[in-house]
Amino acid sequence: MERTILHSDCNSFYASVECLHRPEIRDRPVAVGGDVEQRHGIILAKNDHAKRYGIKTGEALWQARQKCPDLVIVPPRFEDYKRFSRLCHQIYLDYSDRVEPYGLDECWIEVTAKGVNGVQLAQEIRCRIKEELGITVSIGVSYNKIFAKLGSDYKKPDAVTEIRRDNFKELVWPLPVGDLLYVGRATQRKLESYCKHTIGDLAGTPEKTLKGWFGKWGSVLHAFANGFDSTPVARYEDHEDVKSIGNSTTTPRDLENKEDVKIIMYVLADSVARRLREQGFKGRTVSIAVRDNQLSSFTRQHTLSRYTNITAEIAQIGMDLFERHYYWQKPIRSLGISISDLVSDSAPLQLDLFGSGQEQLRRERLDTTVDGLKRRFGTNAVRPAVLLQDPELSGCDPKRDHTIHPVGYF
Amino acid sequence: MKKYVDMIVRYTEEGQIIPLAIRWSPELLYEIDKVLDVRQAASLKAGGTGIRYLCRIKGRERYIWLEEDKWFVDAKEDRI
Repeated sequence: MERTILHSDCNSFYASVECLHRPEIRDRPVAVGGDVEQRHGIILAKNDHAKRYGIKTGEALWQARQKCPDLVIVPPRFEDYKRFSRLCHQIYLDYSDRVEPYGLDECWIEVTAKGVNGVQLAQEIRCRIKEELGITVSIGVSYNKIFAKLGSDYKKPDAVTEIRRDNFKELVWPLPVGDLLYVGRATQRKLESYCKHTIGDLAGTPEKTLKGWFGKWGSVLHAFANGFDSTPVARYEDHEDVKSIGNSTTTPRDLENKEDVKIIMYVLADSVARRLREQGFKGRTVSIAVRDNQLSSFTRQHTLSRYTNITAEIAQIGMDLFERHYYWQKPIRSLGISISDLVSDSAPLQLDLFGSGQEQLRRERLDTTVDGLKRRFGTNAVRPAVLLQDPELSGCDPKRDHTIHPVGYF
Repeated sequence: MKKYVDMIVRYTEEGQIIPLAIRWSPELLYEIDKVLDVRQAASLKAGGTGIRYLCRIKGRERYIWLEEDKWFVDAKEDRI
């Protein structure tokens, strides 16, 4: 049976939630901005009035103020956004158990059934969200997830767009190739160097050619552009199928040397490792992401021979990776570490002949004890001496502070 | 204008919440004669969303919202 998939996208999500709660600013240009003091001073979201001034998500607050001196900038309140996200999900779940969130503000909903009218359902959901929650959504309706997502982008705000087999060539193919899921800046640049500017250009390129350019991703892009994607919409309870756990931070000041990096790396690794342990995981692949103060960035990863959730070990691998790959041409602005290739921590540990397994068990017990202390007395109750060298740098608590992760499609 | 209010409510055996009165001020108690409708709804005027109770108070119909664990009304100056 042909699938019926909706993709619902909350319009200007953070800004809409703020404007709902503050009627007095609703008719003015409003943006949600990060904390300037903490150097998170960028636009996170903006309302339609602010859009008219050309304000873009991700630009610095001072740039936005230059474009629009009357801009009202409000700080983010993530607890509210999480609440609205949950309320949206509850509405979607009235229609299907196949509800797959993609970030806080987007969701796929599969409503495939005999005689179902996807557009009618989408209109009903759109009206309910407006009436019950006071914000608006745009919904795309299609036979695959990729076109459903493009549909939700097609007409905004508060609208429904259907992309069918008989109209996708007119609707989807003229769109710029960068609109397609997984075509990021680098892929787009590469495609444009081959004169592939639209999704139609991409769809018309033989799969073999794309494979030559992008490897296995070439096939994926070819399928996406032609509407061949058959990825299922996950069940709601399945969505916590965690693939990686990570934290990153823009530091309060630039990191100038190895000691600075060590402090932040430890703070982040501690948060990551504690979350691993809390959720009952061990992981094997450690990745770091480094961004210098000119905003150029890279990631590197290393896969271990065995699984771990030990703070000191993860921090050490992060530092090793860093030292091997960073040459200090510039100071560092932000740092991240994540661990993937996860297994349940109840998997048995392979002890080796020379007893390093014993050492691992000992360190695991140590971490468990420290976790208990931190739970009772706060994150700063017990910490390694390295963090005392610079309290300003080590002061952030990535575990307690909000964590909203971009998620992968696969 | 959004105004959070002190509420007197009854929890039924099934966990249903029925508002009984609004403690507006130490001297003023608005008793709720009847709950006419209950649904999830936003208030654009007050600015928020929650479970909206349509109540009859002194012969007039008024909305009261339960926003997570707080109650609010759309107040006109200093009265309901």
